[in-house]
Parts: sequence; structure tokens; C-alpha cells
Amino acid sequence: MSAGVNGRALLIEGLSKSFGKLEVLRGIDLELEEHEVVCLIGASGSGKSTLLRCVNLLEPIDAGRIVLHGEEITAPGTDVNRVRRGIGIVFQAFNLFPHMSVLENVTLGPRKALGLSRAEAEARGAELLLRFGLADKRDEYPDRLSGGQQQRVAIVRALAMQPGLLLLDEVTSALDPELVGEVLSVIRSLATEGMTMLIATHEMSFARDVAHRVCFLDEGVILEQGGPSQIFGAPREPRTQQFLQRIVEAGRL
Amino acid sequence: MALVSTLVFVTLLVVLVVSAPGWPDVKQAFFNREVFEDSFPEIARAFLLNVRIFLIAEVFILVFALVLAVLRGLPGPVFFPLRALATVYADLFRGIPTILVIYILGFGVTALQLPGVPVSPLFWGTVALVLVYSAYVSEVYRAGIESVHPSQEAAARSLGLNRLQALRFVVLPQAVRRVIPPLLNDFIGLQKDTALVALLGVIEAFRQSQIDVAATFNYTPYICTAILFIAITIPLARFTDWLIARERRRQQAGRLA
Repeated sequence: MSAGVNGRALLIEGLSKSFGKLEVLRGIDLELEEHEVVCLIGASGSGKSTLLRCVNLLEPIDAGRIVLHGEEITAPGTDVNRVRRGIGIVFQAFNLFPHMSVLENVTLGPRKALGLSRAEAEARGAELLLRFGLADKRDEYPDRLSGGQQQRVAIVRALAMQPGLLLLDEVTSALDPELVGEVLSVIRSLATEGMTMLIATHEMSFARDVAHRVCFLDEGVILEQGGPSQIFGAPREPRTQQFLQRIVEAGRL
Repeated sequence: MALVSTLVFVTLLVVLVVSAPGWPDVKQAFFNREVFEDSFPEIARAFLLNVRIFLIAEVFILVFALVLAVLRGLPGPVFFPLRALATVYADLFRGIPTILVIYILGFGVTALQLPGVPVSPLFWGTVALVLVYSAYVSEVYRAGIESVHPSQEAAARSLGLNRLQALRFVVLPQAVRRVIPPLLNDFIGLQKDTALVALLGVIEAFRQSQIDVAATFNYTPYICTAILFIAITIPLARFTDWLIARERRRQQAGRLA
């Protein structure tokens, strides 16, 4: 997929989304440059997950537009399957396919959506599994893996599509504390390689380390955004200060 | 212990039946050894037709019911007519007694005398079974499809798979695996109901035993037919139990890991 104007990977303008009477997103404006890592922070229910699902076109939006690499993907008549092939998403609950081995999980997308041959897809999958220390798990079923291993497989499954943008939806929230590290280090290495990522997370110290920019979501709007040192060091908005204060009190920052 | 108590129970039951005042007559009318030996080969041969009806109908049911279940699961207002059609179908064919469907098709459609349409009662009896059982089996499939969490489809779609591919590679394999035991349950019912085709004059095991009963004035051929049916359905039932137990063990193993 070609880079957009000004090397902009993603542009979101005036995005709104309601579920019935509940307004989850109320006019989101957000831009991501190529190779930029942006973390979304905010309380549960602030709309982080919904925003990611909207970008992946898993949720239809009510208003606004989303432009990916210069193409408006929310325009009517857009081929959603083609758009999704260029966007990877990793879910909080892994969502691996339990009836398939690790390698089958990883090769399904490339084979069926990209049209790669089995051999090509397996070569690509095996290489990625090797890189993320999962080579010996390729024939295991997801049930037999630890949570951390499952989530790494889910990341590999998304990467096997060679996406231009990776969305991570609280990928460590379902993990035991001792397994969080291995998943975060995978994401760190992706950030170093220049993967463009939009990350919803509750791991504040991780966000501080890895993000180029941090956005604080509150009640469906981006209330404040800036560099990690500004957001975590000198937040301007009272709501941001309040949120971070609670995190500090909980010993999570 | 279980063996002892079972033996005692069965012995008591046999003693009770054998000591009943009407037992000698019943024994003569239902458990006549000579009649049994005479009629068994014929009925067994006719029973092969039941097995054949069962096997052929089953293939069509599995395919047709799956189509119905998928139609019922189509989302959005565009597919409402198809969804409604599949729903009405399931309601209708689960609501009408099987025996009536067999009569209506077997005597009704053949009476139309449409050119090119088969008039064989065997054909229409089998079609009737396919129509009725597809309605039940489609409900089983549907339950299976709905038991697969929507996040599985979301994960498949997020990779760029289209709706049909997500269904084919992710949802259906999981759904079908979960409903194999209830599916086999419906197979057992179908195997028994093949006897209903006799109502159209097809000479299968039940009809053959009726003929033998009429010829001998003895009910033993019925017992003979019952034994033949049981010889198929009981192994099928045990196989189903075994599958259910295996599925449960697997899930528990998965949870422990």
C-alpha cells in the first residue's frame, strides 16, 4: 500500500459512533504519521476499543470520515475486505481460532484473503513465528499455549498480512501480570522497526516508553494529546490530571 | 455391584411377565420360534431398504439443513425474505406430523401426473423424510452457529476474509464439531421413521412384517422387525454417548492447560 500525502498513515475527522442512545464517540479528530506510534489512554468505557474497531471497519460509523494512506475508507462502496487486509488488529481476548494449529491461524489470512499459496503462506508464517520465539509452537493448538504465547501468536497472525497499520486493543489486559512483559517487548520491537501503530492500553509506563504521542480519551472525545513526557509529566486538563492521579494511587505508574 | 443389581432386576421382570396369566398366549403370538425363523430372512432383506433410505436421506438432509441454517443467519434487511422463508420452512415442517407429509407428497404429488416427475412412492417417501428432518437438523446447525462467539467472526473478518470465507473456515468448523452429538440424535429418529415410508406401500421391513403377520396370524414378525431396528439404533446411541463424553473430556483438558 502506497504512503499517503505528507506521509500520513491515518486521518480521522469528526468521527462519531453511538450504540442506541449511548454516544460512545463524539467527534474524534486524530492523525497518525507513517511510522508513528500513538497510545490511547483513558478509563474503561471512554471509547478506546470502539475507536479501533471503527478504524478496522468492524463497526459502521455514524458521522465523520476515516482516511487511510490517502484513501477515504468510510466512503460508501469501499471494499471493506480489501481495506482490512491492510490493517492488522489484535484483540484483548486474543480471538485465536481454537480449531486450528498455530501455523494454520497464522496462514489463514494470507492464503484466503491475499491468495498466497500454502507454501508461500507457511514460509512467511514460519519466519514470523521464529522471529517471535514461537517456532516450536507452530503445530500446537491455541488451548495448549499460555496467555502470553497466545497473544504473541495473535500479533504474528496480524503481521502475516504485512499490514501498513497495526491496531492493538488492550492486548495485555487479559494476561497474568508475569506474562505482560513478553507481549510488550514484542510491541516495542515492532515500534523500533517503524511499524505504524495505534494502541489502546492501560499500561501507562509502557505508553510512556513506546509512544510518540499519547491521547487521553474522555467520554468519547480526545480531551488532550501530546508527547508522553507532557501528558504524564504535566497534563493540562483537570480530567487528565484526575485520571493519572488515580493510576498513580493504584501503583500503576 | 451394578451387574448383580441389574441381574436381579431383570430376573424379577422376567418372572413377573412369565407368571402373568396371559403369558402362554402372548408367548405363542409374539415369540413363536418357528415363525421367527421363517420370517427373519425376508424381513432382514426388506430392512436393507430402510438402511438405504436412511443413508440416502441423511446425505441430502445434512446439506439442505446447512443451507437453511446459513440462510436463517444472514444479517441485514436485504436478506429478510430469505431469512423469513427459511424460518417459515422450519416452522412448517416441524409443525406438520411426519406421517401427513408422507401422505401428502406420496399421494398428492404423484396424482398431479406432471411429466418428468417421478411417481415412485419410495422416491416421495424419502423426499418427505428429507424435508421434515432438514427442518429439525437446520435448528441444530443454527444452535451450533450461534454458539460460536461473534469475536471469532470479527477476527476472521479483520484479516480481510469475506463473510462466506469467515463462515466456511472459522464459524462452521467450530459449529459442526459442537453439534455432532445432537445431530446423531436426529439420525436415530430418522432411522426409525424410515418405517413410515411403508404407508405408501413401499415394502420395507415394517411392511414386510405386516405381510408376514397377515399370512401367519402371528405377531412374531413385528418383534423380528423391532430387533432389527434396535440393532442399528442402539449402537448409534452408544456411539453418540461416547462422542459427547469425548467432547467433554477435550474441553476440560483445554481448560486445564
